[in-house]
Amino acid sequence: MIKVKINSQEHSWDGDPDLPLLWFLRDEAGLTGTKYGCGQALCGACTVIVDKQAVRACITSVSDVVGREVTTIEGLHPTGDHPVQKAWRQLNVPQCGFCQVGQIMQAAALLIENPKPNHDQIREAMAGNICRCGCYQRIENAVHLASTGV
Amino acid sequence: MNIHTNPKKLRGFERYVKVDNVSRRSILKGLGLAGGFVLAAPVMSRPALAAYQTGADKMPHGTVVDPRVFVAIAPDGIVTIVAHRAEMGTGVRTSLPMIVAEEMEADWSRVRVQQAHGDEVKFGNQDTDGSRSTRHYLMPMRQIGASARTMLEAAAAKRWGVPATEVKAVNHEVVHGASGRRIGFGDLAADAAKESVPSVEGLRLKDPKDFRYLGKGQISMVDLRDITVGTARYGADVRLPGLKYAVIARPPVTGGKVVSFDGAEAMKVSGVEKVMEVKGWPWPSKFQPLGGVAVIARNTGAAIKGRDALKIVWDDGANGKYDSVAYRAELEEAARKPGLVVRKEGDVEAALKGADKVIVGEYYLPHLAHVAMEPPVAVADVRGDKAEIWAPVQSAGGTREDVAKTLGIPQENVTVNVTLLGGGFGRKSKCDFAIEAALLSKELGAPVKVQWTREDDVRNGFLHTVSVERIEAGLDKSGKVTAWRHRSVAPSIASTFAANTVHQAPFELGMGLVDMPFEIANVQCENPEAAAHARIGWFRSVSNIPRAFAVQSMVAELAHATKRDPKDMLLELIGSPRIVKLDSVKDLWNYGEPYDSYPIDTARLRKVVELVADKGGWGRSVAKGHGLGIAAHRSFVSYIATIVEVAVDDKGKLTVPRVDTAIDCGTYVNPERIQSQIEGAAIMGLSLAKHGAITFKDGKVQQGNFDDFPLLRIDESPAVTNVYIVPPGPDTPPSGVGEPGVPPFAPALINAIFAATGKRIRALPIGKQLEA
Repeated sequence: MIKVKINSQEHSWDGDPDLPLLWFLRDEAGLTGTKYGCGQALCGACTVIVDKQAVRACITSVSDVVGREVTTIEGLHPTGDHPVQKAWRQLNVPQCGFCQVGQIMQAAALLIENPKPNHDQIREAMAGNICRCGCYQRIENAVHLASTGV
Repeated sequence: MNIHTNPKKLRGFERYVKVDNVSRRSILKGLGLAGGFVLAAPVMSRPALAAYQTGADKMPHGTVVDPRVFVAIAPDGIVTIVAHRAEMGTGVRTSLPMIVAEEMEADWSRVRVQQAHGDEVKFGNQDTDGSRSTRHYLMPMRQIGASARTMLEAAAAKRWGVPATEVKAVNHEVVHGASGRRIGFGDLAADAAKESVPSVEGLRLKDPKDFRYLGKGQISMVDLRDITVGTARYGADVRLPGLKYAVIARPPVTGGKVVSFDGAEAMKVSGVEKVMEVKGWPWPSKFQPLGGVAVIARNTGAAIKGRDALKIVWDDGANGKYDSVAYRAELEEAARKPGLVVRKEGDVEAALKGADKVIVGEYYLPHLAHVAMEPPVAVADVRGDKAEIWAPVQSAGGTREDVAKTLGIPQENVTVNVTLLGGGFGRKSKCDFAIEAALLSKELGAPVKVQWTREDDVRNGFLHTVSVERIEAGLDKSGKVTAWRHRSVAPSIASTFAANTVHQAPFELGMGLVDMPFEIANVQCENPEAAAHARIGWFRSVSNIPRAFAVQSMVAELAHATKRDPKDMLLELIGSPRIVKLDSVKDLWNYGEPYDSYPIDTARLRKVVELVADKGGWGRSVAKGHGLGIAAHRSFVSYIATIVEVAVDDKGKLTVPRVDTAIDCGTYVNPERIQSQIEGAAIMGLSLAKHGAITFKDGKVQQGNFDDFPLLRIDESPAVTNVYIVPPGPDTPPSGVGEPGVPPFAPALINAIFAATGKRIRALPIGKQLEA
């Protein structure tokens, strides 16, 4: 039996300890905010924050996060008003929206590490997150907005 | 040689050829809306009010203009408006209800949007593709809103005992100007429901100058907050009690099938519950599943791990030798010989022979995969002769019909719940994944989710075609183009529905080949034969991608050959402002629209070129290693022109400092979403130009994920994309937005690269071509 802490809540798991965290979150814990996009850490749709770092849940196993604090979009902010979330809404960033949770979690992790990133740093930090609709211009501007005050 | 003449038939299923015989009376039977008071009353007549006609009523099941179907008002005043089209990022789930709210004078903050399930008899056509939603529904939605408003006004007038002409709906209430009395919509709902639905002819539509929402761009998507907090529900997010999770190993070669399989190792994987064969359909399989072996598990991760442990022997079938290198050579060979003539004006052969100079451009564009961020996924719960589906499908009505047909049950027994789509781009117009889920649920007697992995999506999808476009242009001594021969060779989407298809369908020929708008005396378009060896499907912008690439590259090649400015060359070729006549084209495909309302109007094409040249600073001086390129194209009955600025460094690294795009999409609803669509189109255009290629060897797709089928990332994206929307004339009909942005991007980019480096790229993707 494995115990993992997600959004400050403890969850137990007695199945395959190698199960990717992504599928544990989505199918076992019912936290469907985190998305599947590629399964190989190539697109960033499944990004969550483990301790203070952005992590791809699709290549992280459940056992990898034992003793760590996992934050998903459901736990990012109690009312959904994290500066990144607010900036996203202010600039109408999403199109289909499917990748946006991963983008938002990546951006939130970036701001923990670097509260005032410049545009190059934003592009570098966000380059692991693919958006097929092509919202990049707004993503870049929204991260900048979140870092400068929404 | 037999060219298909019925574009509808080529959509593949009977529903596209079935005439809508259902009488208005029977449509109206059993109506009812969930919740609140339903506006109710007798049948209304249905001629158009608009100054223009669209092809909406020629679509399967046409349009339904009936406030009782689309609008409900609760006693507390909350107005619920039905969104009957699918939301895949274009904003249509917001825009169409907004049109209704505008006309009925509803306050948007008191409007809720309810997604329609799949039922085209009730809601009208729901097939959300072809950049049609605003184009086909602007006027019907206005009429629905105006009907609801008229009924509310009539109810208020009766209550006050005053003539209806003295009252007016204003911002969610009806006001009697003379006495200053007012009643809210909620208080009027029950009475309004007793009013008769007014005839469409008598409706008073709002004067556009009084619009509060339409054309303003001030309203955000209704799903915006949910998206940012993770509660937006996509197909992948549907959860049901007792849900089983499935992934399927499908034939690696199109048309292949399972010979035998061994699931013993898969069954040993923790969480795996069952391994079973899934029925497949023979090639060409239309929208039906490919078949294969399914692994059922308690979660998706276990199902994927189980699938990795399957041992399957496949019969590859007839397409086992498909090889992209060899196929390209075949297409090129075909493009160099005469083919089926699909447009002919003058004598192109003689004109080319008599030309002072002939410029030849042969362009190659490979297969592409849609790779929406949400791979195909569907949940089905089949119990006895009833089925319920939850899926991100572009065509809810089509999904309902196909699931019903496949299960052999009446359509009325199938409920299709449409979730948000995590991207569509044409892939989710095909409901094979929903049918797979239904088949598995039926077998298992339990609700099942079928999740496609990214590899499944890349390898087993419906690909964008692969094509060679060859243009020969003859110039006279003065540099005027006198001859234009364009041969387009590509496997047709029709091949997915009909065996032995070798010619493109009218709807493909009409996307940038036979509708080429240039003023040239001798024009001939040909379509040599090409057989398909993979499933070909609609991909955002469809055949316009290769056609615009070829035609607009050739314009710049001609400019170079005659030492002229590419924009001037483009305008010269477009020629005088006129309505293009295409009398020699049999079965001209005009995106399903009547030509009278949606002709090819070169004045509009010229205008977007001139607008983007002006706003985008065409001719401005740029730094060393930089270049500007321009391209213009009409598609989905909209006009669009793009200028791309590139920078290419001495190692061949390509960056895009600036993009400018002008679009004329007629009367529009939500400029903010138009802007986002065009920004996104630049990304998709740059992505396919730089990176995009699906290739085959031994019948199998060689790519599988974002490592070998890369998409554009933020660090490669244009620094800025500026969008200019042409203000519509008073009666300019609405036209497409979702797709038209993509086609001109790649040629504008390639022309810019030529301006910067002198290198002319004729085959996509660019890949390493600039590094040499």
